[in-house]
Amino acid sequence: MEVKTLLRGTLMGGVLFAAILPAAAEDSVYVQLPTYRTGPYAGSGIPIANGMADYITMLNERDGGINGVKIVFDECETGYDTQKGVECYEQAKAKKSLVFNPWSTGITLAVIPKASVDKMPILSMAYGLSAAADGKTFPWVFNPPMTYWDGASGVVKYLGDQEGGLDKLKGKKIGYIYLDAGYGKEPIPLLEQFATQYGFTLLKYPVPGKEMQNQSSQWLNVRRDKPDYMVIWGWGAMNPTAVKEATKIRFPMDKFIGVWWSGGEDDARGGGQQAKGYMTLNFNAVGTDFPAVQDIKKYVVDAGKSKVEAAKFGENLYNRGVVNSLYMAEAIRIAQEKSGKKVITAEDMRVGLENLSIDEARLEKIGLKGFIAPVKVTCDNHSGHNKMYVQRWTGDKWEKASDWFDPMSDVVNPMLMAAAKSYAETNKPWPARSEPCAN
Amino acid sequence: MFYREAGQFKSSYATDQAIFPLLQDRIGFFTILAIAFIGVPLLADDFILDAIAIPFLILTLATIGLNVLTGYAGQLSLGTGGFMGVGAYACYKLTTAFPEVNIILLILLSGVFSAGVGLVFGLPSLRIKGLYLVVTTLAAQFFLEWCFIRIGWLYNYNVSGAIDSPERSLAGGLVLTGPNADSVTRYLVVLAIVAVMTLLVKNLIRGRIGRSWMMIRDMDIAAELMGVRPLVAKLSAFAVSSYICGVAGAMFVFFYLGSVEPAAFSITLSFQILFMVIIGGLGSLIGCYFGAAFIWILPIFLRNVLPAIGIDIGAENIVHLTSMIVGVLIILFLILEPHGLARLWQLGKEKLRVWPFPYA
Repeated sequence: MEVKTLLRGTLMGGVLFAAILPAAAEDSVYVQLPTYRTGPYAGSGIPIANGMADYITMLNERDGGINGVKIVFDECETGYDTQKGVECYEQAKAKKSLVFNPWSTGITLAVIPKASVDKMPILSMAYGLSAAADGKTFPWVFNPPMTYWDGASGVVKYLGDQEGGLDKLKGKKIGYIYLDAGYGKEPIPLLEQFATQYGFTLLKYPVPGKEMQNQSSQWLNVRRDKPDYMVIWGWGAMNPTAVKEATKIRFPMDKFIGVWWSGGEDDARGGGQQAKGYMTLNFNAVGTDFPAVQDIKKYVVDAGKSKVEAAKFGENLYNRGVVNSLYMAEAIRIAQEKSGKKVITAEDMRVGLENLSIDEARLEKIGLKGFIAPVKVTCDNHSGHNKMYVQRWTGDKWEKASDWFDPMSDVVNPMLMAAAKSYAETNKPWPARSEPCAN
Repeated sequence: MFYREAGQFKSSYATDQAIFPLLQDRIGFFTILAIAFIGVPLLADDFILDAIAIPFLILTLATIGLNVLTGYAGQLSLGTGGFMGVGAYACYKLTTAFPEVNIILLILLSGVFSAGVGLVFGLPSLRIKGLYLVVTTLAAQFFLEWCFIRIGWLYNYNVSGAIDSPERSLAGGLVLTGPNADSVTRYLVVLAIVAVMTLLVKNLIRGRIGRSWMMIRDMDIAAELMGVRPLVAKLSAFAVSSYICGVAGAMFVFFYLGSVEPAAFSITLSFQILFMVIIGGLGSLIGCYFGAAFIWILPIFLRNVLPAIGIDIGAENIVHLTSMIVGVLIILFLILEPHGLARLWQLGKEKLRVWPFPYA
């Protein structure tokens, strides 16, 4: 290639590069959706990305956005990689996204310290740092409807119910198999606390991220240790592998329970019919039997504006993505009310998230009755510690196996507050909350 | 026509041995320095500084580190990510233990720990070569990664298992690290460190030590017969390389990411930096800059430019596209131009010398 052509190409590229900054159309707000449709976690990431995008598209198509303000969005591919996630965060900041959804505990941890400086609300829906539920210490971080610690307490509570009371857990062995990263390590302090409190033994089986598709050694240990229950905190390719391995060693599936992130249809399908009875927590309904979900079908999927495969529409993780966008949409609506502006800023969005309240009446109105439990976030409590339920795999779909129940907030809350305090302590000087409480 | 050495006479050894013997090169070099130190901070916004310039410079430094080992001393290594991690964790431990010590000093010091670890894992290189050495450095990578995950002391027993960069400032109150640090400040510190280290490495390579590395690379038996001690040469290459990687790793956490999980220093990072070396050019310092720029900026460029010209292929396809382009380029470079972008640059300069004539 001639030097001249090279030069010309570079120049042209530069001009194009300058032209990318989008001119903000009137009456629209921008939200960046970090997603991962590539990499080892894509199996979990794709349905979520589809769900998030489709709900927002549906709102834009059906209602013309929220109170006439369109939600402009684009995706930023993180590949579940912290480096790329931080780059997406910088991009979200530069393009003035209303909110940042990291969709990875690692990325969440990386952006939490930046959030209050950059005035960028972080919505980490039921993942990320559990201690971020303390709104006094983390005014810019939100993790509704509940934290991992709430989830871990829910698991213990459910297992106690199965045994006929929490005191019956004494002397039992509970195995904990987890992704050996921030995500899987997060609930360990709480589980350990429960282990001493209720007298059960906690056996830990870490699965390194790069070996998550080969868990035979961990499950060999499980077979040797013979725990009474197994609890899984997995994500991406780790889940189907674990379910498959569990069926291989003939671990009783009705004693195997996972967190909500281990509850994708594809995760359980890996074990086939033998995975029948596998349970996970959940905080959203599965299926398409809701007016708003039908609207997504009508306005988005049938109109060819979605990337979702028809057969996977309404599956668990897809609906989870819808919940994430539902939170954002409701927060935008509340922020509009609170600020009196139609086109809100990220700072208004923070107020919206802090006042996020979706009750039964509201759910009924937007056509999602029974889709999620009512959610309420306050200034002090950025998670809300809302309700969850247990679902069971029937061999080809999930069915509800318990009623909605509360986490054990009496145990979790004091630990959350202590953890938030120690986080602020180790990250000195941690800024004190300066934002006024608006609810 | 305007780029040639005619009329530039050297009247002393010093001018003859200068890094840039040509006046035009010197002008170009100082222009680039001026742009980097003055122009970029004045003109660039936070996104360009935080997402492009800072990581590009840090990865360049890591690439220089690997290039010292692989390009100049001929020892293949896949442990770069691990060595960077050692620097990062060492710096984290140092700054949490001694919060009042200047962070830049600690970053430079943390490379020493990395150099120590590099020395230990460099020992097998005295007996084994080539692919077998790759395997031992791979072992180093996995072992170090295991340490970062498993040894709680390294991350001060944080619940999340991640290390983060606390706020540290200069005596005058200028905040250098942490979320409150200004992008421009961080950029200038990174730029200064990278520039100074590049200069040091350049001089190291031109000197006795660098020459002994290259002799070992080109033919170790002949080098030994001529009086180069393989032990010293190979281990010094490992130490210098790991030192540079360690400093880059510490900067990666403290000036760029702010908080990392051990996964940030995985084998993926090692490969990323190896690709930067290969695309940029083995055994070339300017190649390190080219390679890092290419691998780091190409995906960002594609992501921003393709939608702007109306090709909306989705965020995930850009990732696929980038892997395909980088993969194809690596194969092409290995076949057509094993010396990478740096060689193209050199060819371009030679062409420029005789321009407008086809040959001189």
